[in-house]
Amino acid sequence: MDEFKLQILALLKEDARKNSNIISTMLGVPQEKVDQAIKEMEEEKIIVKYAPVINWSKVDDSKVTAVIEVQITPERGRGFDAIAERIYLYPEVKTVYLMSGSYDLQVEIEGKTLKEVATFVSSKLSTLDAVLSTKTHFILKKYKQDGIIFEDHEEDHRMMVSP
Amino acid sequence: MGNEPRFEKESMKQYVTSKVQQIPPSGIRKFFDLVSSGSKNTISLGVGEPDFITPWHIREAAIYSLERGRTSYTPNAGLPELRNEISHYLHREFELDYDPDHEIVVSVGGSEVIDLALRTLINPGDEILIPQPCYVSYLPITSISGGVPVAVETTAENQFKLTAEALQQSITPNTKVLILCYPSNPTGAVMSYEDWLPIAKIVEENDLIVISDEIYAELTYERKHVSFATVPGMKDRTIIVSGFSKAFAMTGWRIGYTCGHPDLIAAMLKIHQYTIMCAPTMGQMAALEALQNGMQEKDKMVNSYNQRRRLIVEGFRSIGLDCHEPKGAFYAFPSIKSTGLSSSEFALQLLEEEEVAVVPGDAFGQGGEGFVRCSYATSEQQLTEAIQRIGRFVNQF
Ligand SMILES: Cc1ncc(COP(=O)(O)O)c(C=O)c1O
Repeated sequence: MDEFKLQILALLKEDARKNSNIISTMLGVPQEKVDQAIKEMEEEKIIVKYAPVINWSKVDDSKVTAVIEVQITPERGRGFDAIAERIYLYPEVKTVYLMSGSYDLQVEIEGKTLKEVATFVSSKLSTLDAVLSTKTHFILKKYKQDGIIFEDHEEDHRMMVSP
Repeated sequence: MGNEPRFEKESMKQYVTSKVQQIPPSGIRKFFDLVSSGSKNTISLGVGEPDFITPWHIREAAIYSLERGRTSYTPNAGLPELRNEISHYLHREFELDYDPDHEIVVSVGGSEVIDLALRTLINPGDEILIPQPCYVSYLPITSISGGVPVAVETTAENQFKLTAEALQQSITPNTKVLILCYPSNPTGAVMSYEDWLPIAKIVEENDLIVISDEIYAELTYERKHVSFATVPGMKDRTIIVSGFSKAFAMTGWRIGYTCGHPDLIAAMLKIHQYTIMCAPTMGQMAALEALQNGMQEKDKMVNSYNQRRRLIVEGFRSIGLDCHEPKGAFYAFPSIKSTGLSSSEFALQLLEEEEVAVVPGDAFGQGGEGFVRCSYATSEQQLTEAIQRIGRFVNQF
């Protein structure tokens, strides 16, 4: 991908609300070019969504999240994709990755309570024919997600004026 | 108890040498006291250092060096590995060739080198040419060392570049040294190879020594920095001042270095060994890591300054302030003459009315009046807000 689009992505990744006017000034290119590039990337689903990063542990009715290692048998002709789809279509499922190594899918599930998550795994996930085994790990605390540190302790200690 | 005088004598000032007494109070210092007593809402564009924290891998390397007990002195000139790495780096990035054993000394920041170089070169009465507006330490250190600072004018019309005409006008039979600082603090000006050629000619003709402060060498936004020492014939005449503060966001580590002719470096080392002994060991270990593995992070920081540079220049122009385009360092130096205020009045009133701190241009010597220095090493949100506030402020004039 060209450098220009990468620069736009880097700026939006930092702040998805940054408008194209500011982006165009920061990159030193006309605003129309920025608008066009963003439109293209939206159409190509390179930019999928503009969503905030939320630290749910600060929200009162906090949620429970678990990472589940899932071993599956791939389906003839469609490999892992079909079974992955059957899993990711559940709204409780937040992320699904195909993995190399000792298991196949990494599934992140969110629920209101421990019990709710456990029930989902035992009744929905494990019962799928293709699923051979599951291993559930509950997430206790999120420090950093997608490059963003939730509680950054690195403050600005600089003096207000210096030579 | 509390009201008793703490000192027996009212004043001890008469014991301070006249040289030190004569140093005027720092314009930046005065302003610092004002701003620091201000409100939390203040946005400061007065900060002369990166807004990045030192990259983690560099901090981690320093911690590791402590864990391994690297707490003793290093050789006076600095860790041999670090000098080697500096030598490679200067060759790779700026086409400079210096022998790590005889032509490089690691110092306590570029600040120390400015002092070492001036003390090494100045005999009483020597005239030192200082293009102005300039970094705040050149004049006082010249005076303390017994030299006579002579201003060389640079102007916004010439993008604050040093011109041969201005330089020529300031030369007398007593001229010995020319101090250069490009990319410039406070103006952001840079000099190209073509710009250097006529300057080098004058340096040669008048047998001058050059102290070239290239601490912002990594922070250029259009073309790569051209060191004055790369101009043919200038290497032996040039003492380079540089360091890690700006390029690698390492201001608090206090590590800099100098390069030059072995005779001059040996002389500077004489002072350094008795006054400093050696630069801090932990800082030197961190600097080594910066040069070995820090280029990618450095490039990211430079890219980010560049984006904010465009934002602030465009911002000033959009609110009707003349702002020449700074092509290096992280300062914009807009003219505030259109407001009819002096730069000090402008800075004071702006601070009071809109809670934005900028540094009055007259703090940087002759030619700074009518301008203010604004550092864009601050977050884009703060810059945008600051421009809005300054816009409101200048609107009333
Ligand atoms: C032009 C210039 N030279 C030298 C220095 C000193 O830097 P340090 O002593 O941190 O290396 C500074 C710092 O602001 C500067 O702006």
